[in-house]
Formats: sequence, C-alpha cells, structure tokens
Amino acid sequence: MQITVTVNGVAQTRDVEPRLLLVHFLRDELGLTGTHWSCDTSNCGACVVQYDGQPVKSCTVFAAMAQGHEVRTVEGLGSSGALDPVQQAFSDCHGLQCGFCTPGMMLTARALLDENPDPSDHEIREAISGQICRCTGYENIVRSVRAAALAEHAAREVAGKELAG
Amino acid sequence: MTTTHSAATTTPMGYGSMRRKEDARFVRGRGRYLDDIALPGMLHGAVLRSPYAHARILSVDTSAAEAHPKVKAVITGELLAGLGLSWMPTLSHDVQAVLATDKVRFQGQEVAFVIATDRYAARDALDLIEVDYEPLPPVVDAKRALDPDAPVIRDDLEGRTDNHIFDWEAGDRAATDEVFAGADVVSSCEMLYPRVHPAPMETCGAIAYKDVVTGKITIWTTTQAPHAHRTIYALVAGLPEHEIQVIAPDIGGGFGNKVGIYSGYVCAVVGTILTGAPVKWIEDRTENLMSTSFARDYHMRGEIAATKDGKLLGVRVKVLADHGAFNGTAQMSKMPAGLFHVFSGSYDMPAAHCSVTGVYTNKCPGGVAYACSFRITEAVYLIERLVDVLAFDQGWDPAELRMKNLLRPEQFPYRSPLGWEYDSGDYPETMRVALEMAGYEELRREQAERRAAYERGERVELMGIGLSFFTEAVGAGPRKTMDILGLGMADGADLQVHPTGKAVLRLSCQSQGQGHETTYAQIVAEELGISPDDIRVVQGDTDQTPFGLGTYGSRSTPVSGGATALVARKVRERARIVAAAMLEVSPDDLEWEKGRFHVTGDPSAAKSIAEIAMAAHSDLELPEGVEGHLDASYVYNPPNLTYPNGAYICVVDVDAGTGQVTVRRFVAVDDCGVRINPMIVEGQIHGGLADGIGMALMEAMPFDEDGNHLGASFMDYLLPTALECPSWELGETVTPSPHHPIGAKGVGESATVGSPAAIVNAVLDAIRARHADMPLTPAQVWRTMQGRPLRMDLAIT
Repeated sequence: MQITVTVNGVAQTRDVEPRLLLVHFLRDELGLTGTHWSCDTSNCGACVVQYDGQPVKSCTVFAAMAQGHEVRTVEGLGSSGALDPVQQAFSDCHGLQCGFCTPGMMLTARALLDENPDPSDHEIREAISGQICRCTGYENIVRSVRAAALAEHAAREVAGKELAG
Repeated sequence: MTTTHSAATTTPMGYGSMRRKEDARFVRGRGRYLDDIALPGMLHGAVLRSPYAHARILSVDTSAAEAHPKVKAVITGELLAGLGLSWMPTLSHDVQAVLATDKVRFQGQEVAFVIATDRYAARDALDLIEVDYEPLPPVVDAKRALDPDAPVIRDDLEGRTDNHIFDWEAGDRAATDEVFAGADVVSSCEMLYPRVHPAPMETCGAIAYKDVVTGKITIWTTTQAPHAHRTIYALVAGLPEHEIQVIAPDIGGGFGNKVGIYSGYVCAVVGTILTGAPVKWIEDRTENLMSTSFARDYHMRGEIAATKDGKLLGVRVKVLADHGAFNGTAQMSKMPAGLFHVFSGSYDMPAAHCSVTGVYTNKCPGGVAYACSFRITEAVYLIERLVDVLAFDQGWDPAELRMKNLLRPEQFPYRSPLGWEYDSGDYPETMRVALEMAGYEELRREQAERRAAYERGERVELMGIGLSFFTEAVGAGPRKTMDILGLGMADGADLQVHPTGKAVLRLSCQSQGQGHETTYAQIVAEELGISPDDIRVVQGDTDQTPFGLGTYGSRSTPVSGGATALVARKVRERARIVAAAMLEVSPDDLEWEKGRFHVTGDPSAAKSIAEIAMAAHSDLELPEGVEGHLDASYVYNPPNLTYPNGAYICVVDVDAGTGQVTVRRFVAVDDCGVRINPMIVEGQIHGGLADGIGMALMEAMPFDEDGNHLGASFMDYLLPTALECPSWELGETVTPSPHHPIGAKGVGESATVGSPAAIVNAVLDAIRARHADMPLTPAQVWRTMQGRPLRMDLAIT
C-alpha cells in the first residue's frame, strides 16, 4: 500500500507492506537510523519518536497508521548548524554513554519541555520512565534535561529583554 | 544531587572532565550501530529456535521454507555438519552446537537459519520449517543435575555419563578447616546469585561479506573483542586469518554480552559463502535474553569464622555453578571460576578456601557477563552477605564489624590467603568517608524511631541501612597466568604523530559507551602535551589496529590505558633524540616539560612536539640508529591486576504491607586510583549502581519445571527505570595503583559488583531477616517477612 508520512517536515511517500512497523519504515525505507530498535514490547523506548508532537514508541505503530501524520526523529532535532538545547545539554552533562537510548530520551525530553518548560526532577524522571538506559543510571540524563530547561529559560529571558529594550 | 567528597591525594590528569568527543555524532543520531549498516544486495538472516529445553531432533524439513519466493538459502545443522561446522569450540574448552543436529539442549537453542531478501520474509519462512522433536526430561534445577538418575545432557561428548563439568578449588583447605574448628563463632548461609542478563539496549548481531574475487571476509559485528574474534573465526572455520577483517562499529552497550561468538554470527559467515551476498543477522530482544550469554547462577554455601570480639578469622565456600547446556563462559583458561577466589574480600582474613563444581543444565550457556569482572560480583556478594549474616547472628553493628576488620593501609601490597597481591588502597579512610557522607549514626537513630512508630502501628514503612565494601581485581592480565583460549591478555597500542604534530592512536580495545575516543586521547595529551582535540583514537577494526584482547572485565584502562601511556612515552623518547639533533646538544642535556623539550639551564632553547614531528619527517640529518618519524608501537603486559575498591551505603524504605522497596539514598565512595576523566568515571559508577538496583530488586529469569524461560522479554525481565533509581551520591578516595603507568585502576564494573550486597543488606536490615535471595521483589520481601523466602531460580513455590 502507498502511504505518505511527514517526517521531519518532509512528506515521504512509499509503497509498504501493511504490517511494516514505523520504526522499520524510518530506518529501512528512509534511512533515518537515529531511531533505534531494541525490545519489541514497548518497554524500552529506544524507538521513541515524536508523533504529532507526542513521544510515541515507533515499534508499536504501523507505518500505515502514520499516514497523514507528522513524525519527528532525532535527525529533525536542531537545525543543520545548531544543536537543539536538549542535544547540547546531553553533550554538556554527559547524559549519554553508548548513545543507543539517547535519541529516544532526547525526543521525550523535547516534548516534555515543550509542554512544561520548568519540570521538577521528579517530573523529568516520570517523563522518561517508559524508557530504559543501561549506562547512565539516569542521573546525568535528569541533569541534562534540567540543564536544557535552564538554558531555554535563560534564552527566553534574553529574548524578553531584547523585546522590551 | 550528586555530591562529591574528595579525599584525593592526587589531582585528576590534565583536561579532566572534558566533554566526550564521540557525543557529537551520538546526539545527532549519527552513531553507526550494526543494524544501521546496509550494504548493496544485503540479505537478512533469522534463526529458528527450539521450543523445548531438552528434546531429540527426529527430522528437519526445510522444503517449504526454501520454496518461499524471498528465501535465498536455509542452513541446517546437517548442512553445517557437511562443512565440519555444526559444532564450535567455546571459550571454556567445550564445544557448542552452532545449529543442533542430534538434540536441543535449551529452550531457544538454534536449529536452523533462514536467509531471505528482507528481515520480515526471513521471519515468515521460519514458520515454514517443520521440525519433529521427541521431548526428553530436562534438568532444570542445578541442585539435581548430579543426581544419579538425572538425564545426561551432553551425550554428544564421548563417554559422558553425568552432568558434571569440573571441580576446582583455591586456598588452603586444611588451614581453613583448622581455623574454623578453633573459632569462637561461625555463621553460615546458603545463598544464590541468580541468573541475570546484561541486556544491553542494542542486541547482538553480525553482517558477513565474502568478496568472491579476493576471498576476503569482512565481518561487522557487535563485539567487545574484535581481535579475539578474528583469531577465533580463523581457528573455528579454518579461514586464513589475514583474509578476515572484523569491524566493530558503534556498540550500543555490551556489559559482557558481546564477548562471545554466537551461532547467528557463524551462520552469517556461512550464509555469505553460500549466497555470495552480504548477510545480516541481528537478534531480537527475546532471542537476546534466551540465548546469548547470561551471567552468574552461582549457588553458594558460605561460612565465616570470627573471635567472640569480632575479629574475622576465615571464610570458606562451596559453590555449585550452573553453566547451562554448554560450558561457554568467557573465561581465562586456567581459571574455570574466573577470579571468584578474591572472595576473602577487603578484610584482614587469615584463612580462606573455596571449592567450585560446575554442572550442565538444560539452560542457555554463558555465566560470565553483566559487568561481573570474571565472577568477582559473586565473590563480593558472598563475603558482604556473610559479614552481615555474622553481624545479624551476633547482634553486632555491620559498620563496626567491617571497620574492625578492613585491611589497613600499611598492609599493602597485601598478599591474600587466596594468593592475590592487592596493590593499594586506604580502606578505613574510604569507609570513613562513606559513613560520614551517609550520616550513619543519624540514620541509625532515624531507623530506631521509625521502627518504634511501626511497632506502635503508626507507620507501615520500615527503614533499612545496608553496607558493602568491595575489592575488585581487574585488568586481566599478566600473560604468565592469564589467557583466553591460549591468547595472552596483553594489549598493543600504536601511536602515529603526523608531520604537523597531530596524532592518531590505534587501540585493540573497543568502546561500548565507555568513551575511549576521549579518555585515551587524554592520556596521550597528558604524556605528549598535544591537545586531545588533535588526537584521533581508532579502535574496533582489526585491519587498522594492533592485536589485543578487547574491552571487558574492566580491563581497558588497566591494560590498553597502560599501553597508551607507554607508547606515548616511547614517542617522547624518540622525540628527545630528534630534538637533540635539532638543537645540536646531547639527548641527555634536554629536559621535558609538557609539550616540549628544552636545553637544561636554557628554557628558551626549546622545540615543541609539533616542531620535532615536522623535523622527524624532514631532511634533518638524524643520529645513527634513529629511523625517522616519531611513530611507535607498544605491547603492554601488565605486571599485576589493579585493585579498585569502595564503600557503599544504601538506605531503603520497605512497605511492610506490600513488600515494595524504595531506594531512598545510595552513597558510593570509590577508589579507582587516578581518574583520567572524572566525569566519565562518575557516569560509569552511576550506571553500575542502577545495575545493582536491577539485580537486587527486579531482574528475574526463573525457569519452570519444563525448562521454559520465564524472563524472555522486558515485560517479564524488569530493568530499573529512572523512577526506581535515586539520585546517586558519589565520593572518592584516590590511592594510585603503584604499578600502573599512570596510577589508574579499572572502574567500569565496580558499582555493578559492589552495589547489590549493599541493597540486599539494607532490605534485610529493614525487615530484620537473616537472608533471602535476590531479586527482592515485593513477593520475595513479603514472603521473607512471613519466614518463607522463595527460590528465585525456579518458578516453583
């Protein structure tokens, strides 16, 4: 069947099997290998992408279901030159080691901060609790998300002052 | 919040907690993991697995699968037997079926391999293979494996009439027995370190491609030990080693899971030979948990002896080791129980003895994995539980008992009763820092208040405080005592310095997230005074790197890190000779300051490394015997292991009504010697502490009476999330390793090794129980409170 899915702002049309999972559509059809595949049972979150702005596990969505929807992957975070504040914070705060869970964690963090720009540590932990990291013990992921929130807060203040000035 | 108490006696190396060089690609989703690689014309493999734990194979019919339009080939055990490849040697001098021919011996064992044009079609075709099995009674309970009427699992081995693999012992049995006979008090405890799985986020896989023109085979694979894999492929398959290139791309976590060679890899190699196309195989999560490298599974009966005033006198243990259906532990060949015999721990223990018996059962092979430092995890758990059991029996404070018996700084280097030479440490200071950070006395007061409130019926939570003090022996290892399959455990390092003064370091080890590209650049930077940004670290490709045994057992910094420092010093000495020629002085008249040589007494007469590097490649006339260039190679054979150690304190709250445990605080004070990049070290400790929560409280893979694996997905095999983990509180002490070139000790596994005992001790302290086996799930805690703890290895209540 033919489907059209908007991925990172670009409409992508492909002929796919109805059973094709979204994670495999992104990886194998579009070559967007930043989204990872790990557990098959929606437990680990390595495959998290944003689906109409919400973090969703792409191993549990058929590509066909994404017809007409907007998907954002790690490749769509930040712009070509600049990192998203979340990406910058993960790098600054050592929020990753092997890097396998990182794209999913960052997309969840981005969605959290879009909805709640000043989350508490507990709210951060709750937001990423559907995702597993085997390397970091979560400490520095929480720190990274907090740092991204602070950086965005500071950027808003500067922008506000410039506007006022 | 992470707080760091520093009792450091040395400062971190230059560049300290610099950001990781590898993160630039990872945060952009530009890491390149195995499954990200797509080669032109690549085919996909899938493995058909046994539904039975023990069954005879009567027939395998692959005709319908072969007729599937997208299937290119089907490999069976019979086909492999024709090539002499149906069995492969394990890392412990046993053999293992690549694809079963006679019997299946564990649930999930590999039976056939389908190669198709896409991954979905390969899976579809598995359903078309007809296998006729005759089920046989399985051996599930390791304690019954040696019963006279137990079914014989390994009837493939000639003359085999039972399930016994080996007996092994260490220490002085007679001297230990004598100590026990004369001791005032003895406590004993039977405990299981249950089977767990490393479960890295990326599963295991390989892509094999044989170039039909050149005959060269390239294997991209999730390996922690690329060079060892190349040699083993050569030995197993009779392939010429110079025509094999093993490439480890980015690895999504290893933890020991990616040390071995699995059937799927061998089938991918056979697949490319059969089809002429690249063949990819990557396991799914259930396959990962069922069939690749579990860890632990040690049934231990330990005893500890002491004087009536709490001086430890001796420890002894009998171990029944469940190795599964094939003896496939990734192990040093002279040490079938690995480094388990470091179990006398961190104490001034006059006598110790262990005997270990390995048995076959109808379970997946493995045993050494999951950040275990070659079975030191089991050893530390044993001694740290025994100390608590002794304290429980005698009504002693577990912190005081430990403090009274810890090795004192003046005892180092310390020769243990089991033959180890502990290199360095200040254990009482490390313990003192941990107790102070935790506020131990105040915690005990709070606990007593809470207990009283519980007893008055005002609260349902009980509070527990648990300690552990671990000593690891890591960095395998000295060639004379340590080898794997005859390969000595020394590591090479090559360092090139380009004419413009930039450098490329080539290593045999392979990062799985440890940050090698940063840490090892920092070592070279420190030794040569080049910025780490000007040093590229190459690893994971056997065509581009020198030989070495790989990354596991916390060995990279102790061994490859040593090689890195020493190859840089070799380059520096070459640079000295070139600089001497440039300055027209004798090499002995030059002094090194970071980044340059200057003439003694005249700091202005100096040449930087970049200037020297250019001159070394130029027409400058060099002294006789100097070849030109600065490049050097070094093979580092460590003189001893390194001995990281640490004191851990855990505080838990237990809901007495449900058995639910909440880890409130965790204090970890580690001494891993000189810290090259403290940020990376702390990150590794954080990760290991989370492992400890998983193993102590959550991770269970029991087997039912038919040998069905009941922990085969993340729905059943529970791993800790951010909600189960507290915010870790880290501290440090630093005693540099006296024999390591930069004073570093391994650290990657310290927290995984040291933390489970502290958590278990805390929970048992809360509920005032003597012992219960991990994982302390709510059901297990609740049952323990009723005096009926469960066996956690069997799904039998």
